Amino acid sequence: MEIGLGHYLTVAAILFVTGVFGIFMNRKNIITILMSVELILLAVNINMVAFSAFLGDLVGQVFALFILTVAAAEAAIGLAILVVFFRNRGSIAVDDVNTMKG
Amino acid sequence: MLGLQAFFFYIFAFIAVGGALMVVFARNPVHSVLFLILTFVAAAGLFLLAGAEFLALILIVVYVGAVAILFLFVVMMLDLDFGRMKHGALKYAPFGLIIGLVLLAELIIAGTGNFYQPEIVRSTALPMPDLYEVSNIRALGAVLYTRYILFFQLAGLILFVAMVGAIVLTLRHKEGLKRQSISAQVGRTPATAIEIRKVESGRGL
Repeated sequence: MEIGLGHYLTVAAILFVTGVFGIFMNRKNIITILMSVELILLAVNINMVAFSAFLGDLVGQVFALFILTVAAAEAAIGLAILVVFFRNRGSIAVDDVNTMKG
Repeated sequence: MLGLQAFFFYIFAFIAVGGALMVVFARNPVHSVLFLILTFVAAAGLFLLAGAEFLALILIVVYVGAVAILFLFVVMMLDLDFGRMKHGALKYAPFGLIIGLVLLAELIIAGTGNFYQPEIVRSTALPMPDLYEVSNIRALGAVLYTRYILFFQLAGLILFVAMVGAIVLTLRHKEGLKRQSISAQVGRTPATAIEIRKVESGRGL
């Protein structure tokens, strides 16, 4: 059986949905939410690479590279904010993040 | 007979999906991070199968080597009460499950249906050279440093800003800590550094 574009897209779709579900499932844990966001970005990257490979177009891989860059920057900033928030409040539960009521 | 490519595709795909599920469902965030690493490695295998060698290696270097380790550091550094976090997690599960299933159905219908035929696309923006003649890394570098040089620089700028932002956010100055003040050192003149006193003989200062 030949592996086609649909196979890759299905894997990416499952990963994407797992990430979205993880955001809803772990409402209290910001770290797991960040990991779910990473999963979603990974799914997008798989889509990019799959289309790039099956269309014979290199732009998809270039774009996936930039998505990877932004994902790494996002993780660094997100975790830094998390560390600062934990220092100030002693907790990272999402329910506690309600000091800014605006 | 399952081809070798299909065989490895299914292995990597199942590892990736299983790892992703374990990321979401693991009770301990440390286990979540480790399963995230597993998912990334499996995804790198999928990239290799698709012919994107450079991205596969970058995925391992950047994600497994940097991002996941960063997650691991933060999870282990913060003194968190994981038991309290999982408490009441099932409250949102049905809602998330409904949204997830609807989304999955939409994506599969859109992805595997006949609405889209790759054969139709004839005008590729940047045709990929044959992997047997030009390696993927060489082909990617040839366009990344010429045609997409502006975006490449922009990506570097984004990373730089992220680095500076993360350092500024987490840097903590402790009170009462003696530090070297270079400007004060360099700014010294003989007038401020030396004090000349006339010492009378037979007496101390």
